[in-house]
Amino acid sequence: MRRHQELTKILVRSAGGLLLLMLSSMAAAASVGFINPAGPIAEALRDHLIFIVVVMMVVIVPLFIALPWVLWRYRLGTKSGSYQPNWEFSWILEVLIWGLPAVIVVVLGWNLWHQSYELDPYKPLASTEAPLEIEAIALDWKWVFIYPEQGIVSVNEVMIVAGRPVSFRLTSGTVMQSFMIPRLGGQIYTMAGMVTKMNLLASEPGQFRGLNTQYNGMGFANQKFMTHAVSQADFDRWATNMSASRPPLNQAAWAQLTKPSVLAAPQFFGSVAEGFFTAVVAGFTGGSHHHIKADGTDL
Amino acid sequence: MTSESIFSLLGTLTPQDISFVQTFENPVMSEFIDGAAGSVLVVGMIIVVGLLTYYRGWKTLWFDWLTSVDHKKVGIMYIVVAFVMLARAIIEGVLMRYQQSIAVNDPGILTADHFGQLFSTHGSIMIFFMAMPFITGMINYIMPQQIGARDVSFPLLNAISLWLTAAGAALVMISLVVGKFSTGGWTAYPPYTGIEFSPGEGVDYWIWSISLTSIGSTLTGVNFATTIYKNRAPGMTLFRMPLFCWTSLCTSVLMIFAMAPLTIATLMLALDRYAGFHFFTNDLGGNMMNYANLFWLFGHPEVYILILPAFGVFSEVISTFSGKTIYGYKSLVIATMSIAVLSFTVWLHHFFTMGQGANVNAIFGIATMLIGVPTGVKVYDWLLTMVRGRIRLTTAMLFSIMFLVTFVIGGLTGVILANPPVDFAVHNSLFLVAHFHNMVIPGVLFGMIAGYQFWFPKAFGFRLAERWGKASFWCWSFGFYLAFMPLYALGLMGAMRRTVEWFRPEYLGWLQVSFVGALLLFSGFLFLCVQLVVSIRQRDRRRVPAGDPWDGRSLEWSNSAPPPEYNFAVIPHVSGKDAFTQMKQEGQAYASPSAYEDIAVPKNSIVAPVIGIAAIAFGFALVWHIWWLVALSFLAMWGAVIARSFVTDTERVIPASKVRADHEAWLQQVRECTTTSREQEDTNSNVGRAEVLA
Amino acid sequence: MKREPLLHPGLNLGSTDEYAHNEAEPVIFGFWVFLMADLVLFAILFATYASMSVQGQADGPTPTDVFDLPSAFIETMLLLASSITFGMASLALKYKADGLHLVFWLGLTFCLGAGFVGMEVRDFWVMTQEGAVPQRSGFLSAFFLLVATHGIHVTAGLFWMIVLLVQLRVLGRTTAVKLRLMRLALFWHMLDIVWVCIFTFVYLFGVAQ
Repeated sequence: MRRHQELTKILVRSAGGLLLLMLSSMAAAASVGFINPAGPIAEALRDHLIFIVVVMMVVIVPLFIALPWVLWRYRLGTKSGSYQPNWEFSWILEVLIWGLPAVIVVVLGWNLWHQSYELDPYKPLASTEAPLEIEAIALDWKWVFIYPEQGIVSVNEVMIVAGRPVSFRLTSGTVMQSFMIPRLGGQIYTMAGMVTKMNLLASEPGQFRGLNTQYNGMGFANQKFMTHAVSQADFDRWATNMSASRPPLNQAAWAQLTKPSVLAAPQFFGSVAEGFFTAVVAGFTGGSHHHIKADGTDL
Repeated sequence: MTSESIFSLLGTLTPQDISFVQTFENPVMSEFIDGAAGSVLVVGMIIVVGLLTYYRGWKTLWFDWLTSVDHKKVGIMYIVVAFVMLARAIIEGVLMRYQQSIAVNDPGILTADHFGQLFSTHGSIMIFFMAMPFITGMINYIMPQQIGARDVSFPLLNAISLWLTAAGAALVMISLVVGKFSTGGWTAYPPYTGIEFSPGEGVDYWIWSISLTSIGSTLTGVNFATTIYKNRAPGMTLFRMPLFCWTSLCTSVLMIFAMAPLTIATLMLALDRYAGFHFFTNDLGGNMMNYANLFWLFGHPEVYILILPAFGVFSEVISTFSGKTIYGYKSLVIATMSIAVLSFTVWLHHFFTMGQGANVNAIFGIATMLIGVPTGVKVYDWLLTMVRGRIRLTTAMLFSIMFLVTFVIGGLTGVILANPPVDFAVHNSLFLVAHFHNMVIPGVLFGMIAGYQFWFPKAFGFRLAERWGKASFWCWSFGFYLAFMPLYALGLMGAMRRTVEWFRPEYLGWLQVSFVGALLLFSGFLFLCVQLVVSIRQRDRRRVPAGDPWDGRSLEWSNSAPPPEYNFAVIPHVSGKDAFTQMKQEGQAYASPSAYEDIAVPKNSIVAPVIGIAAIAFGFALVWHIWWLVALSFLAMWGAVIARSFVTDTERVIPASKVRADHEAWLQQVRECTTTSREQEDTNSNVGRAEVLA
Repeated sequence: MKREPLLHPGLNLGSTDEYAHNEAEPVIFGFWVFLMADLVLFAILFATYASMSVQGQADGPTPTDVFDLPSAFIETMLLLASSITFGMASLALKYKADGLHLVFWLGLTFCLGAGFVGMEVRDFWVMTQEGAVPQRSGFLSAFFLLVATHGIHVTAGLFWMIVLLVQLRVLGRTTAVKLRLMRLALFWHMLDIVWVCIFTFVYLFGVAQ
């Protein structure tokens, strides 16, 4: 039966081609995304991913080898394999097909448990330096970053210090969104009236794209920001400069920001009321929906 | 809501809501596509109406189909709904892939709003109005015949479920012409879908179409479960049932328990939007995290509601086309049951990123990976079913084999996503999109297409053209890999789902390849249509009146093709697994029974179509705030139910003499048929009587 | 008395009507399955209430402020009594050949059920007058949805009862009507159980806090 031979061959090839495609795609992806990590978190995520793929090959590879072989050996009209239409059970095989996946799940589960704690985005990163505190507020369709220690604000651009952990506290002034800087690590949701946390670290100076990954309407595709990882000296210089030269984040500016819009360029504010972030969060949790004033006095 | 709007004749509906008017007023590409889609729908309906009138088909349509409560006809109607909706949703998929493949630093042809509607309808249709009707139709048609029953336990309820689902589908279709659909995706997460951020009719269309079909599915689950528990033929113990029946049972149980959270979640969202409640709003004590929990408390079992029946189909197809009994029957049953139970324990993995802490995430992550064990077992059980068999690579079998290959890749990425840390990196990305398409296309669609190829001769009495089926198969297979493997890569590169425009040139090549894949997938669908047309034209040469074209193993193959409306002239007695194979080997197949009895079959009923049409009006009126119509259609639905309960003459008796005459005539025909060897299966010598190898 | 084998959980017609008894098996079984789905719905509503009753108060009224415990207690008694009377109706359906007993007990059940619904509507009205409307807070949204869903179920049961009373008159005690009464009985008792949970977890726990 030539036809069956050919079909089998094509099946084998397509399975092989597919694996190749997957591997090559992973290699080519290296330029962007967490596969090309710029910090220890993203690096650990990538290693974790590779570990899982390798372990899973124990169950997948046998199938890819066995399936074409079985299709060929037991094709209709063959004399090669025995025909036993009532063969339905074997204890040895049964133990194998239940046991092997179970063992793999135990291995992967053990790993999962530890990695979940190890890579918990809430966990502060081990470092000799105190983390840089940044508070992020998701709006439609922009990101507002508050630097409470420096008392300044940047919109759609975030400045961090290379080699120093960053501790983000996040909330939303609108619908749920998800904060992510792919080359530095994972993502976390931001929700109105609630605070979530994310700890990241950029090993070297550089520029990394960040974005919202949770669909939130017409400006979603444009809701992106650039992360600049710079030296401590450059960061300090930038903060002082901003503080001196930029206007304060007052009520009018905040009202403008909370309107749904896509910004053409990043914006900066030289000062902000203390506890502003907390006031935005609290604005949703009370008895009525306050529109937060920039000085926080409304509460 | 003001006092005049309560009594307004057309509610909030205005001429500007009609898509053609929008296209006329704002003739840009995106609106033009929308208008064209609406036109196709309207013109298509006019053509159907015209053809029905021309061929005088109205009577047949009404009396033989729409009012029928026969499980076989209900099943076929479900699958027709699925096919129609598949056509729309697959075109939407191609359109989205096209938009993304040209929209790198370029706005492309679609507006953000139109794109949002497209991914929302594509997802909602594929899950609720393609996959759900397809599996429900398949179970409806096959399961009662496999357990040796004459119908489901509640035939009228069955028809009502169909009409509720069809009403939901109709609402989604209407949204193409009148107004807009939601842009909130198939999951419709608030607060984005709340009235504050999504005013207008879009989300309401989603809410009411989903609510109607979710109620229909709950009733379907009740019906199927009762049928399987109470309607089996004598001797058909649970552990003699074909695996398709087992998976149907598990799916039914999941429907019974899992649809309620969806119904409640949509109802709460509706109360938020219509009546100012605060379930999921940002302020006044609302909490959208409850929605995420409720939705996925439904959503994860839903995945298995869809995939388990397909697993059943693969079990039947692989066993039949390997000419061998299934390997590890009990193992497969236990695996199926484990999957069904575990499916309720993993919903949180859809939002590892909500900030609930490492311990909760780890527990749900491990629970998710546990599902990998029974699933892995199933894959190897199917492989071992082929071992020591004699394999025929028919279209149905090819789809099953491609499923095995593809599904394990999806399983691999599933295990990857089950790890909270990795999920943090690829959640919401195209990696996720690739993953669930990788599960659902082979796991549900390939299964349903395989089942369609496998059981079509049973339902319509003639075989489908294998050549076109195989052409379709290659398109689906290569199309799938081309369309979705690039999305894995893109996800790892940080490309997110639901994005209408890109700003990274690195993505371009991958997106273009993906678009080519989408075109191939669409060709696969077209070839299925061609196959159907060609086969209908050649039907006289392809007939299999004896009813057993594939040397089938279970009871549905023991009667004629198509089967009589009562399925079995005499209810069979079953004494083992693979009941029909056993009968054939013992020479009991096609034996004349000693006696016949009168058979009572349920009469047609107008109730189901009345409820269905009233449900469309009900949903439409709610979407557009036409309150008088809401009240009227609500009363019509319940009025129909109450009126029906006063009807006592609900059954029609087919006398034993008529049953005998028909059955004996068929048996005579079968005895005159020449038997077909498996090598001759795909030739016109196959008239549905299989050669029995002792 | 010798126990007859049960074909389904709950009251079996048994030898009093062999034909209906056998017909009942799949129908009553199916209805139990349906009730399960309905109970899942209530379970979800309870879970939602549990998550919102404290955290969703939004500086608005608390359970202590708005719950009328004496009224809820009387409602509980009405519904419990109606369950007993429906039990009597079921026994009359099985053992009493004359329709009078059955209609009497059903009528009494209807009055008790209607009394329950009436009092509940009054409670809602009072709450609304005090500003405790569902639009006020997540807690009140969840409260009204849970309790009103139960109330709507009871109301539907009352309509069902009217239809069956009419059918008893028009169609007589046919098998179909008997099976419907048996299903209504299960439905009614289930609503009783759900109410006991509402009274305990919503009213008693709410006021105790």
